[in-house]
Amino acid sequence: MSESHFRYVASNRRVREDRRFVAGKGQYVADIDLPETRHVALVTCPHAAARIKSIDKRAALKMPGVHYILDGAELAAATVPLMTGLDTPNVPRRPLALEIARYSGEWVAAVVADTRALAEDAAEEVNVDYEPLPFVLDAEQALEKASPLVHEAHGSNVLLDKTFVWGEVDKDFAEAPHKLKLRVKWGRSATVPIETFGVVASWDPWRDMLDVWASIQMPRFPDQVGAALKLPVSSVRLHHDVDVGGSYGVKRGIKHTVLCGYLARRLGFPVRLIEDRLENMRGGDAHGPERLFDVEVAYDDNGIVRSMKMRALENVGAYAGRSPFQLGKPIGSIVGPYKIKSVQYRAVAVVTNKTTQEAVRGFGQGPTNVALERMMDEVAHALGLDPLEVRRRNLIRAEEFPYTIPSGTAYDSGDYETVIAKVLADTPYEALKKQRDALRAQGQLAGIGIAACLEPSGGNASFEALLNPKITTSTFMDSCRINVDGAGTITATMHTTSSGQGHETLVGTVIGEVLQVDPELVRVMRPDSLTSLPSGTPVGSRMAIMLGGAAFHAAQKLKTKLTTIAAHDLGIPFDRAVYEQGYVYDRNAPQNRRTWADLVTIAHRNMHRMPPGFEPGLAETHIYPVPNGGKLPTADGRVQMYPCFSFEFHLVLLVIDPDLGLPRILRYRLGHDCGTQINPKIVRGMTMGGIAHGIGAALFEEFAYNDEGQLIAQSFMDYLLPSAHEVPAVKIIDHETPSPLTVLGQKGSGESGYLGAPAAMANAINDALRPLGISLNTLPLKVSKLGDMIADAHAKAGK
Amino acid sequence: MRIKLSVNGGEHALDMEPRTTLLDALRDHLKLTGAHAGCEHGVCGACTVLLDGVAVRSCLIFAPQAEGSAITTIEGVTPGPGELSPIQDVFCETHGMQCGYCTPAMILTAHALLAGNPEPTRDDIVEAISGNICRCTGYAQIVEAIALAAERMRGANRPMELRK
Amino acid sequence: MKAAPFAYSRPASVDEACALLAGDEGARLIAGGQSLVPMMAMRLARPTHLIDIARNASLSYVREDKGAVAIGACTRQCVLERDALVAKRVPLLARAIPCIGHAATRARGTIGGSLAHADPAAELALIAITLDAAITYRAGGADGELTARDFFAGLMVTNLPVGACLTAVRFPVWHGERIGVGFHEVNARRSDFAFVSAAAQVELDGDGKAKRIAIGVGAATDSPIRLESAEQQLTGGALDEKKVTEAVRAALADIEPLADLHASAEYRRRAAVSLAARAVADAKTNALGSKAHAH
Repeated sequence: MSESHFRYVASNRRVREDRRFVAGKGQYVADIDLPETRHVALVTCPHAAARIKSIDKRAALKMPGVHYILDGAELAAATVPLMTGLDTPNVPRRPLALEIARYSGEWVAAVVADTRALAEDAAEEVNVDYEPLPFVLDAEQALEKASPLVHEAHGSNVLLDKTFVWGEVDKDFAEAPHKLKLRVKWGRSATVPIETFGVVASWDPWRDMLDVWASIQMPRFPDQVGAALKLPVSSVRLHHDVDVGGSYGVKRGIKHTVLCGYLARRLGFPVRLIEDRLENMRGGDAHGPERLFDVEVAYDDNGIVRSMKMRALENVGAYAGRSPFQLGKPIGSIVGPYKIKSVQYRAVAVVTNKTTQEAVRGFGQGPTNVALERMMDEVAHALGLDPLEVRRRNLIRAEEFPYTIPSGTAYDSGDYETVIAKVLADTPYEALKKQRDALRAQGQLAGIGIAACLEPSGGNASFEALLNPKITTSTFMDSCRINVDGAGTITATMHTTSSGQGHETLVGTVIGEVLQVDPELVRVMRPDSLTSLPSGTPVGSRMAIMLGGAAFHAAQKLKTKLTTIAAHDLGIPFDRAVYEQGYVYDRNAPQNRRTWADLVTIAHRNMHRMPPGFEPGLAETHIYPVPNGGKLPTADGRVQMYPCFSFEFHLVLLVIDPDLGLPRILRYRLGHDCGTQINPKIVRGMTMGGIAHGIGAALFEEFAYNDEGQLIAQSFMDYLLPSAHEVPAVKIIDHETPSPLTVLGQKGSGESGYLGAPAAMANAINDALRPLGISLNTLPLKVSKLGDMIADAHAKAGK
Repeated sequence: MRIKLSVNGGEHALDMEPRTTLLDALRDHLKLTGAHAGCEHGVCGACTVLLDGVAVRSCLIFAPQAEGSAITTIEGVTPGPGELSPIQDVFCETHGMQCGYCTPAMILTAHALLAGNPEPTRDDIVEAISGNICRCTGYAQIVEAIALAAERMRGANRPMELRK
Repeated sequence: MKAAPFAYSRPASVDEACALLAGDEGARLIAGGQSLVPMMAMRLARPTHLIDIARNASLSYVREDKGAVAIGACTRQCVLERDALVAKRVPLLARAIPCIGHAATRARGTIGGSLAHADPAAELALIAITLDAAITYRAGGADGELTARDFFAGLMVTNLPVGACLTAVRFPVWHGERIGVGFHEVNARRSDFAFVSAAAQVELDGDGKAKRIAIGVGAATDSPIRLESAEQQLTGGALDEKKVTEAVRAALADIEPLADLHASAEYRRRAAVSLAARAVADAKTNALGSKAHAH
């Protein structure tokens, strides 16, 4: 890495949050212990679809420790349906099913008891009379006219069917000498944190206040809770100082919180719901995208891809909140790192009788990258060209930034060739190919997989307005407030929860950098939602950019105020005053200075020495809007989406045991460019974690259903998470192309690794299978499936 | 049922249902919330504690089964308020965590490994933590932490002592 | 995922445990609990009474016993993993044990508990079948014994009589100069329940031919099986790769493999062939090596 011109930024500072975690002193929601708390367990529907004819609570109410049993009818009468993203008023979403349950595992009733165990005992005794209904599980079947309707009132199973055409697609297809079609399936998987979602809600009738502690990661959470409970949002106090045990997108928690909030108000004591793993997997915040891509590209003899048509069909499950927007976010980088000139994109979201999906890390980008990168490999193969060479011919060049793609987004900066060159300098491509070929000569199935992918970052979620014209949101912001108190100590605030991204360390580092003071001297606090400033929360790989930007500007304001106060007191013009490490001196006479303590004294206690018109104290706030944002889409669906684009280049060598179908990764290299890395250890850790998530999605993880609509992967015995054995040693090679748009040149890296690893694994496996003339484009690429396909190919070849 | 548990060197007599797992006994009755519930069916390892010095899954042990054994939790290997043990310190050094949820379990597993094997290879470390799932880190910086801890402790030339 | 309520006892003797079992239809024994407790957490198993025999000293031992190695039912898997007698006399068991679950589950899980649970993918069940282990139990004050083959009745079901407590497992010891073992399993992740597993033990004669061979396959069917036709075919031969593969393939041609979310039936059949052949090859290599070690 290049030598840093920073004092604190870009150094491997210890992450201050780690101290409490290694001692087991994190405060997770299950650690919150309020007196009189009662516990919730759910009664869930066993059928894929069923009418709820009656709920008999009598036996359950007699069980020990039971206080209350809430059903969907009572909750619906007291609340408003949960917010949706698309304009689909006939597809309401509620915490408890009302009249009809639409997936196996859907919550039908909630039991409140003295302990979780007693609540579970009673939940078993709630007698629900169901009338099973026809159901549909497959997205393509859900599109058919004869399909059962998940929501009768909506009239079809289609929540969204929107086609965008950017550029002269038909013309480019007509003129291109070659075309290629590919179908890629991303199986239903998600990032599955080890901590499930949990919430504790407590109602104070004397202050009209609903206190909420939750393992939450989502924007506008108090707003949605307040709206559903018909409470003013200023009556919902979300405590941001809860440590979240991983989320990576999924922890939305709306239905849990509305449920517990209602019960807390109704019953007069704190109510707690911690999903157990079965509740989580079957009906909680767990599922993610399940997407079918049909891609077609038009290309020339040199492998230059001129135009692309893509239909993305998403199986959202039985209800939809924000998740269909995961079809929209990839629009902001729809051509990946390539100079594809025209694109037709059709986004289709359908409901089926599966568990509702939530947002997952990357918000649809990971699956889209698989489709793009598989297609690029197939183009190479069709022409007999090397896959890396085809990438090179299509990549946007370093000198072409900012580069605007057909859908209207400008990529801020990048130097893809240099990142790739650095990886290949470490691991020469020709040598890797020789190694692969030698393994093949020994009778192994061996393959090289590459993936060149972007990580859009900054969270300018203009896909909302793109997919739902009723939405006119163009403001995405984050905030920081810094106060230097009367004793001279520095406290800064951030206004959201975190799930391990080291945001407190981020804020301390940035403020320390600007004020030139040791970041350890900057206390970082998380006020609750009522005493917070606006925050978009950690989504869309945005916090380094947005929280970093807000902290930076607030610190700059503070530095300017300090300098101004000093200049005034020194009797010199502002531009002669030099700020350095907390004190200010006269450039012309450096012995004339004011120390930090002097300036604190003046600001807090000597009004007579303050510049006229200045507020006393040393408090500065900045609310930072997303760079390059603030616009709505044009009529033809073009818009600037995220501002900054990180780049990752994956290079994988693997072998597959031909008899057992078992893949084994031999080498994994990743070139990573996310601009300035505020804390390299944090970035590396997140990237490695992303790769692990990606390997899981590529090889192991699937929320699999049987034909009866039952989720058969409902525990960790069947939903397989990569252990330390399954994640190989990865060498990450960094490059930094700063963003011109951000305060320190930083781009986001919250999704790094995850966005490209599945694509690289899919390409590596397909390269390994290629000599047998077979390919597999359905993730996860499971051992048994690979084994069966290889055996079939061998049989056909007469082996 | 009255159940006697020896935890971190202290004796406790607690009234609880026999079906209370050791995990829930530690968390709910003794307020030792460093052990975490991740799956409650013995796969993720977030509930790991030491039983007579051996790493076990506390969600798979009913409290009465643990009578008569010495139980050590993360609180028991923390030297004092605000103080970190060498292993805990090294995890901070390499940033061998992010959300921290699997971390106490990882650290206790590291304790158990290093007590029996002061010079573990990378494979030894990977095998030792293979029963502890982490979704944040991809394991790299955890493995580095344990390797570094081994190196530092060998340099210190004395075995790691659990708090008596 | 809290278990349904139950009463808990820790009887001092095996006979007391059996009496408690006999007195309550809903009672179950618990030793390590690594298989039982997850099922109870999911409320798939709901014993009304748990009888904890884990700490019965009379059930925890490893000793030589009339040409066999006898292991107490409540001996922890981690103890067997380190036991010198097991390593020397029942090398196939020593080879397989590190593949069981994770260190944290082997710290608690017992050999008897695993066998009684009768999971088709359990390594211990496969080794017991492959080596013709004898399983002893106590019921109603009397001892009984079942061969491993008679012990396993089907998927998660044994032929232990109602109210019986498994007390010991006896593994016959093969005496010979050139004994070798092989064990392989395939799973999605290293420590998962195997999709298919295979175990082999061979004794070679002076010419390197198979004097005796045992081959077992686990996880492919309801309970582990012996490939008897292959054993017969291969006895006396040089165990060349092609013949071994043909023999095991023929032996597996008529099984009805399990199919589930993780592996198709045909996958299990093919993998069984491949792993059985690999296990025999390893056993042969091992056995040839062991002669060299004799000096």
